[in-house]
Amino acid sequence: MPEPLLEVRGLDAHYGDFRALFGVSLDAAHGQIVAVIGANGAGKSTLLKSIAGMMRARRDSVLFAGEPIGDLAAHAVVARGIALVPEGRRLFPSLTVEENLLIGGRLGRPGPWDLKRVYELFPILAERRNQPAPSLSGGQQQMVAIGRALMSNPRLLLCDEISLGLAPIIIRDIYARIPAIVAEGLSLVIVEQDIVQALKIASHIYCLQEGRVALSGEAGALTREKISAAYFGV
Amino acid sequence: MQWLNTILQGILLGGLYAMFAAGLSLIFGVMRLVNIAHGDLIVLAAYIALVTVQALGVNPLVALIIVVPAMAGIGYALQRGLLNRTLGDDLLPPLLVTFGLSVIIQNGLLELFTADSVKLNAGAIEIASIQLGGGLAVGTLPLLQFGLAVAVIGGLQWLFYRTALGRAFRATSDDQSVAQLMGLNNAHIFGLAMAISLAVVAVAGVLLAVRANFDPSIGPARLIFGFEAVIIGGLGSLWGTLVGGIILGVAQAIGAQLDPGWNLLAGHLAFLLVLALKPEGLFPKVQG
Repeated sequence: MPEPLLEVRGLDAHYGDFRALFGVSLDAAHGQIVAVIGANGAGKSTLLKSIAGMMRARRDSVLFAGEPIGDLAAHAVVARGIALVPEGRRLFPSLTVEENLLIGGRLGRPGPWDLKRVYELFPILAERRNQPAPSLSGGQQQMVAIGRALMSNPRLLLCDEISLGLAPIIIRDIYARIPAIVAEGLSLVIVEQDIVQALKIASHIYCLQEGRVALSGEAGALTREKISAAYFGV
Repeated sequence: MQWLNTILQGILLGGLYAMFAAGLSLIFGVMRLVNIAHGDLIVLAAYIALVTVQALGVNPLVALIIVVPAMAGIGYALQRGLLNRTLGDDLLPPLLVTFGLSVIIQNGLLELFTADSVKLNAGAIEIASIQLGGGLAVGTLPLLQFGLAVAVIGGLQWLFYRTALGRAFRATSDDQSVAQLMGLNNAHIFGLAMAISLAVVAVAGVLLAVRANFDPSIGPARLIFGFEAVIIGGLGSLWGTLVGGIILGVAQAIGAQLDPGWNLLAGHLAFLLVLALKPEGLFPKVQG
């Protein structure tokens, strides 16, 4: 495996007294797509939030390009080149589509992504650029959320349940754009409940179960039986 | 004709009230903080202007060059050093802390400047007026004040809807945690919002000090006027705030015309009327 861009080492996470993650470790290499699967409440979103700095972790439990970033605040993490597409899209409702994208790019990190490239990737957004974000359909809002994250020109993109609440045809449409995104040289960690979709796109799979990594391996090497055993904990 | 004149004076006074309100509205909009010390900060700005005028011998309107950045600096430091620590899911801590701040500012000013009322002298412009014909006349100074108020509100509107900083304010107002994912440091954004709020307060404070006598105790009443203008106009709408200020000013002017003792009462009654008939204000921000 090539040199890892992201190394998660023994990551713990808590919500008050409730412990959500128990020593989770995960690697993502340059240009790799890693999928994190697991049942509801397995700790998938918590893992992404901890990497993105929305939840503070031990300093050396998250390494990015070799640097410890576990204790950085979210605004400092995105400046290093990690962007999160949050669960439920969470667009800014009082901003237009274009303003949502522009605010994603406000740090001005150099890279291939700008308004023009995002509109090329999702042409429908160019037509809707001056509409308020809440007036878009769920799929279009997800495109804005992905575009907004790309505007920061990240080296690592974290996607939390981008298929949630969307029709299958829309999900296929959005996933069809992912190769074009990865072609720009970034790595992807996706959290996905749609296992079929995750297996199709990822080269490496981690299955979380009650806050622990129950199974991990090359996507091609994992059998359906092994995955469902780890997923359901049977 | 006398009534026309009364309404005209009320409109011009409304500009000042709108400026009291604009800073209050901005802070509530961006960080859901109700700044109880807002009125006392207006008075603090007036005293900083007083010291500046006395020390440098300049016209109060020229003193704005010093008072505005000074208040903005105080705002940023106050937010980063104190108020950010009070913000959270609970609305009560910032209320209590700014209430405490109000008491501290009032008593600090009382110690430093005594309870004697003072006024800033803007010179010949104070008695200059423009004849509109038919016995109608407007004072140059009130007109200038109103013009400044419109310019300040227009400027804030432009800042909020046409600049990257304004976008950051609106995004932070919408969703603080996702705003951080965009690289926005909330602590800094809130500091900038308070700096802008107190820069507006500085302009309002100087205009207040030129217009009438002031002393350390008048802050809370200014807070009420500002608060009423915000509610009448509708939360989150800057032009609505200007209209709210004008309605309040006109109501007070009409009240005073009927009976000098009805000045404040008429303003409060107008506020109550709007609250009873349209609790969300006249121009509430339309949320999509």
